[in-house]
Amino acid sequence: MHVFELGFIAAVLLAATPILYAALAGAISAQVGVFNIALEGQMLWGAFAAVAGSYYTGSAWGGVLTAVISTALFAVILAIGAARWKADPIIIAIGTNLLAIGLTGFLLRVLFDVSGSFSPTGLQGLPKMAFLADVPVIGPVFAGQTALVPLAFVVIVAVGVWLKTTPAGLRLRGVGEHPDAAASLGVNVASYQSWTTIAAGALCGIAGAQLALGNVTVFTENMTAGRGWIAVAAVMLVAGRPLWLPLACLGFGAAEALGFRLQGIGAPQQLTDAAPYAITLLVLVLTRVRFARRRQTVA
Amino acid sequence: MSTTERPPVPSADAPPARHRAARLLGAALRHPAVVPIGAVVLALLIGAVIILAAGLNPITAYAAVIDGALNPDSLDYTFSVWGFICGMALAAAIPLRMGEFNLGGNGQLVLGGLTAAVIAGYAPLPGPIVIPLAVLGAAVVSGAFGALSAPLATRFGIPIIISTLLLSPVAVAVGSYLVRFQIGESGSAVAQTPRLPEGARMWALGDLSYSNVGLLIIIAMMVVFWLVDTRSAVGYELRVVGANRRFGAYGGVRVGRLALGAMVAAGAAAGIVGAIIVMSSPYRLIDGALISPGYTFAGLAAALLAGGRPALIPVTAILFTVLQVGGAAMERSADVPRQLSDVLQGVVIVVLALRTVLDQRRSERSSA
Repeated sequence: MHVFELGFIAAVLLAATPILYAALAGAISAQVGVFNIALEGQMLWGAFAAVAGSYYTGSAWGGVLTAVISTALFAVILAIGAARWKADPIIIAIGTNLLAIGLTGFLLRVLFDVSGSFSPTGLQGLPKMAFLADVPVIGPVFAGQTALVPLAFVVIVAVGVWLKTTPAGLRLRGVGEHPDAAASLGVNVASYQSWTTIAAGALCGIAGAQLALGNVTVFTENMTAGRGWIAVAAVMLVAGRPLWLPLACLGFGAAEALGFRLQGIGAPQQLTDAAPYAITLLVLVLTRVRFARRRQTVA
Repeated sequence: MSTTERPPVPSADAPPARHRAARLLGAALRHPAVVPIGAVVLALLIGAVIILAAGLNPITAYAAVIDGALNPDSLDYTFSVWGFICGMALAAAIPLRMGEFNLGGNGQLVLGGLTAAVIAGYAPLPGPIVIPLAVLGAAVVSGAFGALSAPLATRFGIPIIISTLLLSPVAVAVGSYLVRFQIGESGSAVAQTPRLPEGARMWALGDLSYSNVGLLIIIAMMVVFWLVDTRSAVGYELRVVGANRRFGAYGGVRVGRLALGAMVAAGAAAGIVGAIIVMSSPYRLIDGALISPGYTFAGLAAALLAGGRPALIPVTAILFTVLQVGGAAMERSADVPRQLSDVLQGVVIVVLALRTVLDQRRSERSSA
């Protein structure tokens, strides 16, 4: 029973990690006032780049590096469009999401001559932390995970503390809070927005790499399957505050892991697939109800 | 209106002939059609570069697209797809008119198809009653489903773009579950409903095998949207709220109600498309077959390219129909993967978003 529960925690962490990275990307974008719904497409691109990078370099970390750099470059479209040129970030993101679906499918055919999914023999996945296997409690939870899983929490705490305590973090928040005030204090608003959007792209690259080289070792067309949208909802749920993200994302991870368990005992896959979305919406509604009431009692 | 009729600006240092030519060129570049056409041309050029980079021939690829979509034999099919894309463009354009994004078209489409499959498949009524009933039923169910997003936005502050996105996979999953386990044809390898009885199939247009009366229904919906948009108070309110929400609310528009109406109409449009697809050949609901052709996003792209303007949607939908239908032909004869259609759709939308900004900048500069 004990092992069963630790195994479940491991499954939750595994499901939550890609969403955590993508949600952090969304949260820092929200902090600078860019409504970033390009997460889904960027994550998909990151997953493809990770598999392609791992295939060509023969190293999983080469794949992660490829994913991070190329997804950051992919995010330049949004950075320049939304931050520099003040175009509608929603329309750009709808475009780049479609572009990511099309380009990954197109390149899958052109580069590897397959369609659907790509997992050549010898494709290097990220190494698991097997050296932890003998440690009690931590072993069963983390021994089967990649280093990117615990790193997600470290990065989130680091970013959260950085935003709260450093002058640069303060300026970054100020840019989102009141761009004109920030500009009048000499902060380059467009520059903060575009570099943050590009950094968010790099984070989505990690999310995709963890998904395609950590959770599994394969690239499948449209394999993100809505995780980027759940990340967007998670950002809404925590109002863009990174330090609250683990709570929200672990909730979604739990919904997904529970779905897998239920499938194991015969629940239809179609309904368990829908659960994370339904639960996300329900949680959004419940938290908003709470906020609405609180506002009423104040007024 | 035309900028060429402005009195000439007296200028001592510029030669008058060159001045006029530059002004004419400037006026031509400011024409409202320049931005969308420019976006399409640029997207096709970028597509050509991608095809070249893949070591293939862009000219044969594009020729295959056009031939595949527009040769006389395939026009019947192309027109039916154009209708579906126009219908899904309506589902995106109606909320877009007031500045909202409906990204839940897939769910609304599936629920409509599901409702039509149930009504047309099981109601023991004569054709003239059951066919309109199935279409209406699909409109009601999908309209109600679309409507859910409006109170979520006005009461709970969840943006329509997010709630439609989260609701859509739930509807798709429920539809998929029902087709697979509840109303599916038993003993079939594919999850699909039984074929509709003869009397419950959409009326044919002459001897065409794909385009049917459903196409006329969609055209009628577009005419209604055009009339409402241009000739009615509701259409005016939609556009005012789209241009400036606070101004609309200040002017007495009840934004919450308007959002509810727009989402009902959008959901109903998508639902009717779903019903028509199910009641057309092969006359059954096949799991995934409503979503996999990508009508929702092609429609969204057409609506964005048209800027939500009803009169332009039929035109912009042609482009995405040709890409969609021709994409398969391009894959067959020019060996270019059909995913290029998605790439081009994405590029058109991105370029369009960026070009709009360039246009704004230019007008700001000229007014300064």
